[in-house]
Amino acid sequence: MADVSFSIALAFVIFSVISLGGALGVALNRNLFRGTIWLMVSLFGAAGLYVLLSAPFLAAVQILVYIGAIAILFTFAVMLTRSLTQVRERFTRVWANLVVAVLLFVLLIIGIIWPVWGSNPDLAQPVSDVVVSTTDLGVALVDRNGFVLPFEVASLLLTAAMIGAIVIAREADDEV
Amino acid sequence: MECVGLCEFVTSLGVSDMGLALFLGYLIGVLLVSGVPLVTVIFLIWIERKIAARIQDRIGPNRVGPFGLLQTVADLLKLLAKEDITPAAADRLLYNAAPIVSFASVVLIWAVIPIAPGFVGVDLDIGALYFVAVASLGTLAIMTAGWASNNKYALLGAFRVVALLVSYEIPLVFALVIPVMLAGSMSMVDIINAQSHMWFIFMAPVAMLMFAISSQAETGRAPFDLIEAESELIAGFNIEYSGMKFGMFFAAEFLHVFTNGILIAVLFMGGYLGLFYQFPLLGFLWLGLKGGLVYFVFLWVRNTVPRMRIDQVMRFNWFFLVPVSILNVILTALVLKLLQVWGIAPVNLAESSLLGVLPMTVILLLKDILMILFILGRISQEGRRARLDAERAHEQLLTAAAGD
Amino acid sequence: MVPLWMYLVVSAALFSIGTFTVLSRRNGVAVLMGVELMLNAVNINIVAFWRYTAPTEVNGLAFAAFIFVIAAAEAAVGLAIIITVYRNRHSVIPEEADLLRG
Repeated sequence: MADVSFSIALAFVIFSVISLGGALGVALNRNLFRGTIWLMVSLFGAAGLYVLLSAPFLAAVQILVYIGAIAILFTFAVMLTRSLTQVRERFTRVWANLVVAVLLFVLLIIGIIWPVWGSNPDLAQPVSDVVVSTTDLGVALVDRNGFVLPFEVASLLLTAAMIGAIVIAREADDEV
Repeated sequence: MECVGLCEFVTSLGVSDMGLALFLGYLIGVLLVSGVPLVTVIFLIWIERKIAARIQDRIGPNRVGPFGLLQTVADLLKLLAKEDITPAAADRLLYNAAPIVSFASVVLIWAVIPIAPGFVGVDLDIGALYFVAVASLGTLAIMTAGWASNNKYALLGAFRVVALLVSYEIPLVFALVIPVMLAGSMSMVDIINAQSHMWFIFMAPVAMLMFAISSQAETGRAPFDLIEAESELIAGFNIEYSGMKFGMFFAAEFLHVFTNGILIAVLFMGGYLGLFYQFPLLGFLWLGLKGGLVYFVFLWVRNTVPRMRIDQVMRFNWFFLVPVSILNVILTALVLKLLQVWGIAPVNLAESSLLGVLPMTVILLLKDILMILFILGRISQEGRRARLDAERAHEQLLTAAAGD
Repeated sequence: MVPLWMYLVVSAALFSIGTFTVLSRRNGVAVLMGVELMLNAVNINIVAFWRYTAPTEVNGLAFAAFIFVIAAAEAAVGLAIIITVYRNRHSVIPEEADLLRG
């Protein structure tokens, strides 16, 4: 099925470019509101990659949680912390940090990705095309021998984060 | 990926290359699926204006075309002919992209709605979740529009809107979980099939009410229409929009309300199920009738009730809708699981029968009625206490004034 | 299908861009955006490995779902802190929040 894998490869390239382009926009923008839009673009690209990786549930959760909530939270934060003078440098020690980031990327590829997985022909194809369904994920999240403990701890974490964020960001006025 | 449906149709026309045939098949499918909402919106605007006019004791558009049917076309031509203005200091790209994203987020929902048996854009495993995810993209478009207009009032309007939309997503998702639980699957087609013996409106009326209220808030319809508030705050986030860009926001809002009506019909009222629904045209008709009925109720409410303030809206959400919807989910899950374990409720609703589904329906309905009575009791208790406090404060004021 | 190492390269690139953003941007909100990019990169990595080595088990999906939860919690609390610091000191630059420096 050469034509189908061509379209999958094309989709992969498109979504990777969207994701990385958005990330570059986040790193390099001058206008922080545009930066949040670039963040949303990058997260959308990642959602596309999840669909290609046969995880549609994660793609929908990515759009719903990351783009629909977290990125909007970032937008609010950008608007609430606008500095009056826009004349401000974007970066601190940009060249040193750029060298560090590029070095990290090159090290990751040469040191880890290529030797262990790049030249391994077994991993050019997924092991099987039978993929776990969303129902199985739901069952495993509440299964006694599955992930019920991390699930409960995660919900506790979210409650604590919610209460903490409200308490921290509240204005200090007369109400206790 | 085999070549079925539209792809077969394309191959029968003589296209030999498989990849090209698949692509063309998908393209035709996308055009058909997105054509339905686009054609519907033209008719919808006319219906909305006529019904609003009749409720307000006037006639509505009746000059252009028979019964004013071509009024929408006239409006469309007017909007297209307007000058395309971008404010001087506005963010050009975002300003122009916002109406497109807003309209796209509504049309994307139609990809998962089953219009007739066998006619669905794509039967996703996660159909219900996809709907909520795409609806949250509309929030993003409104935020962008408010900011990119470079106008303080637009920004204020956008802030309020986004707070409203994000808050009302919570009871929307919780109300959506109920039909998903009852059907055992998030796929829209599975939800419709599970209603083949009994509609979910009889099993979960409270969930349907929650969904209707939250979706009205999500689209910015009265009584939650402080999003535009045409008579205050000028026009909210779309102050600076004119011409076809405003037209897209306008069309997106109307289409969104109708889409929500259709979704309620699919999730709670059985979608295309009805007499002789196997014929695609009749199934389509049933869906249109049910969706139209819900849409009429939405219009009725819109033209009758006054607008709520933002703090009343937020209070209503956080102190009433969210606790009630969470309570509903917990109770439904408990009752449903107990019934399934005891064997009273069938696990697979689609393969059961009317008699098999009846006890489950009665018990769930009873649970809903008890919940409503409990909530009404709490509300009247709160009201009584507030009235007593107010009377006491009034008496103290009177005695203090008399004592001076 | 696309070989596994391509997904890993994309994930590594996203991670490096996120690192650069965290290290070099002066605005606190931009730093948090870089952290979100890094968490996203890790998520893509995990899901790619899950798909290519063990798609019949649910571990990879569950792990990715928990990372979503943690990223959401961290973004909420981090932004609340930044907003409060801005309210008190009128600056979002991390380098300027140095009252506790010895």
